[in-house]
Amino acid sequence: MKKCFYILLTVLIMFTSSCGYNTMQANEEAVKAAWGDVEASYQRRSDLIPNLVEVVKAYAKHEKETLTAVTEARAKVGTIQMSKGMLEDPKAFTQFQAAQGALSSALSRLMVVVEKYPDLKANQNFQDLQHQLEGTENRINVARVRYNKSVETFNTSIRIFPNSLTNNMLLHLKLKEPFKAEAGAEKAPQVKF
Amino acid sequence: MLPLSCIVYLVSCILYLASCILFPVQAHALDVPKVQGYVNDYADMISPSAKAQLESELKNFEQTDSTQIVILTIPSLKGEAIEDFGIKVAESWKVGQKGKDNGIIFIAAKQDRKMRVEVGRGLEGSLTDLMTGRIIDLVVKPRFKRGDFDGGFIAGVTALIDASRGEFKAEGDRRVKRRDTSSRFMTFLIFGAFVILFLGSISRILGGAAGAIGLPAMVYMAFASVGPVMLIILAAGGLIMGLLLPILFSSGGHHRGGGFLPGGGYYGTGGGGFGGGSDFGGFSGGGGGFGGGGASGDW
Repeated sequence: MKKCFYILLTVLIMFTSSCGYNTMQANEEAVKAAWGDVEASYQRRSDLIPNLVEVVKAYAKHEKETLTAVTEARAKVGTIQMSKGMLEDPKAFTQFQAAQGALSSALSRLMVVVEKYPDLKANQNFQDLQHQLEGTENRINVARVRYNKSVETFNTSIRIFPNSLTNNMLLHLKLKEPFKAEAGAEKAPQVKF
Repeated sequence: MLPLSCIVYLVSCILYLASCILFPVQAHALDVPKVQGYVNDYADMISPSAKAQLESELKNFEQTDSTQIVILTIPSLKGEAIEDFGIKVAESWKVGQKGKDNGIIFIAAKQDRKMRVEVGRGLEGSLTDLMTGRIIDLVVKPRFKRGDFDGGFIAGVTALIDASRGEFKAEGDRRVKRRDTSSRFMTFLIFGAFVILFLGSISRILGGAAGAIGLPAMVYMAFASVGPVMLIILAAGGLIMGLLLPILFSSGGHHRGGGFLPGGGYYGTGGGGFGGGSDFGGFSGGGGGFGGGGASGDW
């Protein structure tokens, strides 16, 4: 009886350390952590926009359309509920990416318009916002690349052989969605002085 | 089944450890240059005297605040965006202390006339993108524009130091990589204890032998730098453990948890063997993390 118990325990330990039980869970946590960064940097961008719009409004009164587009795109991003299952749901994920992409392109249009207003470009507030926006776009970029890497690791780890067996029997983890490259829309706004 | 998977497991562990030793850093496209010190002037932008001044200033700053600031100049970005290059450098150099993430990398690309300050996560509070952007625009850019690179770097570094001073304090010694190694070692140890239990429940001699060979082997694999005397002591300890563990378990009835505590004691003894592995002639990044913070500019 006792012998049976030891054998069982030994097998169990071997199983958990060599069949990816721990690895897969660790990888999933890594994906979640990376996603946290993505979310935080997108949130940071959303928080910057009201200030940016205010500053631009003061100088460029005739650009109502562009400004409204930015505000609307931001509002739309805000309506998307980020649930826990979103990373595993291709549809919800695509929606999120599309909304953020729309905001990116609205912002880059605004930045092009701004070129027409030298007074605005010389404004210290605007220059500061400019740096913050650039920094945020860069963070978004970095966070997305890291998220995609962690998703790749995770997805591979649940699909390769002994792990896939463990996953099917015990963990039931689902594949996570990576960010896909979008033609033009997801590029950071190019701003030059 | 048991010995086979056991062997496979051990072999893969050995291979993993070997690969860690043999291939420490992978090279990328538009290769990240090697970190040589605080000032890495690959584009020959800084005069020797200014370089010496910067080196000593940055060294002092690291000694008081533990914050690492590193300068890198390159001749050309070869078409790559400086932000992408910056994060690549940051990820490979790992400037800043682990856990504090207090590294700063000041990059200038001579032909592209572009610069970037990459700020570690731990410093993003005091050196915001805004602050870094102002330092670039107001302090460095005017000097670079005049061709005064020495002045630009010195003034820029001074501004960066002023902005980040006091954020962190230097501690006595750095503890690097310790946790990783010991957690892997713990897994080994628990795994080994089960093997001993299993073998010991078949035959006492088998269990003792497994302990005498297994424990030193595990310690050797985990820490590598263990002397022969230590190994003999460990072998004796392992022998006792191999003999005692199965007895403890068979007589202790359902009181299982306590039996592993003797194993926990050995885990402390092997810890002294490794120090910081700095292989860049006195300078190495401490494992700081970057999240894309900082600012870029041109001149």
